[in-house]
Amino acid sequence: MTATPRNAGKPGAAELLSAHHSPARRRLIRVLGLGGLLVGVLVAVGLSLFLGSRSIDVSTVLEALSGGRSGDAVEQMVVLDLRVPRTIVGVVAGAALGLAGTLMQGLTRNPLADPGLLGVNSGASLAVVISIAVFGVASPAGYIWFAFLGATVAAVLVYAVASGRTGPTPLSLTLAGAAVTAVLTALTTLVLLRDLDTLAQYRFWSVGSLVARDAGTVVTLAPFLLVGAVLALVLGRSLNGLALGDDVARGLGQRVGLTRVVAGIAVILLCGSATSLAGPLVFVGLVVPHVARRLVGADFRWIAAYSLPLGAILLVLADTLGRLIAQPAELEAGIVVAVIGAPVLIALVRRDRGVIR
Amino acid sequence: MPGSGSGPTPGSASGPTPGPRPGPETVVPDPLADRRMLAAVRRIGLGRRLIVMGVLVVLLVVLACLALVLGDRVLAPGDVVASLLGLGSGGDNFVVQGLRLPRLTLGLLVGAAFGLAGAVFQSLLGNPLASPDIIGISQGASAAAVGAILVLGWGGIGVSFAAFAGAVVVAGLITLLATRNGVAGSRFVLIGIALAFLAQALIGYLLTRADVRDAQSALVWLVGSIGTVKGEELAVTATAGLVLVIGLILLAPRLRMLQLGDETAAGLGVRVTPTRLLLTLVAVGFAAVATAAAGPVAFVAFVAAPIARRLLGGAGTASALVASALVGAVVVTGADVIAQHAFPGLQVPVGIVTGIVGAPILLGLLARGNRTRGTA
Repeated sequence: MTATPRNAGKPGAAELLSAHHSPARRRLIRVLGLGGLLVGVLVAVGLSLFLGSRSIDVSTVLEALSGGRSGDAVEQMVVLDLRVPRTIVGVVAGAALGLAGTLMQGLTRNPLADPGLLGVNSGASLAVVISIAVFGVASPAGYIWFAFLGATVAAVLVYAVASGRTGPTPLSLTLAGAAVTAVLTALTTLVLLRDLDTLAQYRFWSVGSLVARDAGTVVTLAPFLLVGAVLALVLGRSLNGLALGDDVARGLGQRVGLTRVVAGIAVILLCGSATSLAGPLVFVGLVVPHVARRLVGADFRWIAAYSLPLGAILLVLADTLGRLIAQPAELEAGIVVAVIGAPVLIALVRRDRGVIR
Repeated sequence: MPGSGSGPTPGSASGPTPGPRPGPETVVPDPLADRRMLAAVRRIGLGRRLIVMGVLVVLLVVLACLALVLGDRVLAPGDVVASLLGLGSGGDNFVVQGLRLPRLTLGLLVGAAFGLAGAVFQSLLGNPLASPDIIGISQGASAAAVGAILVLGWGGIGVSFAAFAGAVVVAGLITLLATRNGVAGSRFVLIGIALAFLAQALIGYLLTRADVRDAQSALVWLVGSIGTVKGEELAVTATAGLVLVIGLILLAPRLRMLQLGDETAAGLGVRVTPTRLLLTLVAVGFAAVATAAAGPVAFVAFVAAPIARRLLGGAGTASALVASALVGAVVVTGADVIAQHAFPGLQVPVGIVTGIVGAPILLGLLARGNRTRGTA
């Protein structure tokens, strides 16, 4: 009876950490689980610093991080200049994408939605292509503001088109996102078909990767990320109401339109920042909320909290793994994320009975 | 709703009935009034359906005429007709019968097939995101085709074959993985999306490792394009399309029942799981045939059915399917006319036009419909 459509609201078998416990105890378990995930982030960060085409031992890494100079200079440089920046970017972008995905699925009431639906990726892609073709930008760090601008403009456009006069509905958002994505992707392709040099650069950005990123850009984007994260975490209760349908949410005294606008802004800030840091990596935003939902059930406040560390773990581990499996070359994080994430998602979907209809 | 299954549920029907179960007359108070109203609604629906279909067909004919008349050598309509009958000059005959007609026909076939693929998937799975370009069918075809182009160095019909195989393999994988006590709609779509990302990653990998020039030619295929069309290619596509259409005609009544919900359909005597499988097979077939012929032309499958439904104002399954096919054909044919003739001296793949020109127009249509009809 997995095909019955109306089980979405029930606390189904999906809630591993919360089934059959009193509220206080459930809360405790969830907090502990969150702590466990944070430890997981630390482990992933550690692995990302130690492992790579050159495996570096713990003492050298620690010494490099603490500013000591007695160890191997090359290894210290590898740690500080290459691994630290990509690890930071991985943690930040992964967490942001996970959270953005949670918001997106709540906003569109569609478990299939990912932040890419708002046109974020296609906007960022077009802007990056223009930056290469017209302005001759030649490094991932140089793409950042173009990507951020492109992502924002595209998402605002989608939102505006979807809103019309009546405000966005889940369906209109989905359709508008797909249409804007189609337009922007076509424009991007048009440029790429006529400009071989741009294609040569762009294709490496377009798979999504953490290589040659500048940790300083994280600091630059920090305000956007922080505002987005705070908005997202505050919205949890409203998204819970929205999940019951617009009318019920209104009946509960919520301002549905306001919730949608704020959630949209948060998605744009989070996903735009992440995409400009790491390239189009949306799959994180699709998988992570599903994993989080599986762990804590249907409460968006907890899904949002869990999606932050889960996203960071997924992206950092994917990047680390990409360095290991294709030595001496590397596999881009975006490719590895799909290779790890797709089976995880499929396994979750196959096992799930309650939440995914 | 709990308790909506079989068996008398106390309190669900009129409250103080003394008997053991409520009589049938309490369920349908006045059958005649209901039927009269239904007939009235049907009549309005029929008129609108005829108008919509008529307009679409006229549009298609106009576009077809343009496709045959326009070109490096603009032909007078009379000459086109003569050439179609084989009575024109040798040069005209070649241009019309050898170049323009095959291209037009392929565009029509591909458009209709994409439209039907999207329509069947979306109503079968009950989700507007469930079109072949979202659930991995197109991506599977693309990954296989890009692999054939970049790794094996294939071209032409070999690439089409690879694309077809890729689409079928992905569809088989989705069905296999999604089947667990029957195929639930969202599970199917989500697994499809997961595989789409996987295929996308593979495409990204292949494109970044290949020579840029080869990558660019793979990109042309990836946008979707209708170029010079070979006779046998057209014949294969048309035959496959015909078989699939016959299959769909046979299955359409059951699709309609499935749309009422699996349990209702089962109650009406439909064997749900095999029917779903067959319909999936047909939809995959349409998507695979179209993609093999023209590449994954952007957006057509996704949007044909929503447009058709909006134009029809919520008509039955059969007319929605026909209208979706017509909309798909109009979109691809129109886009190909624009791609060939709107930018002089520039060959633009048709997929770019469906993206740049098609999407906003279709979107505007949807937005207008949204405003007048409320939420969908």
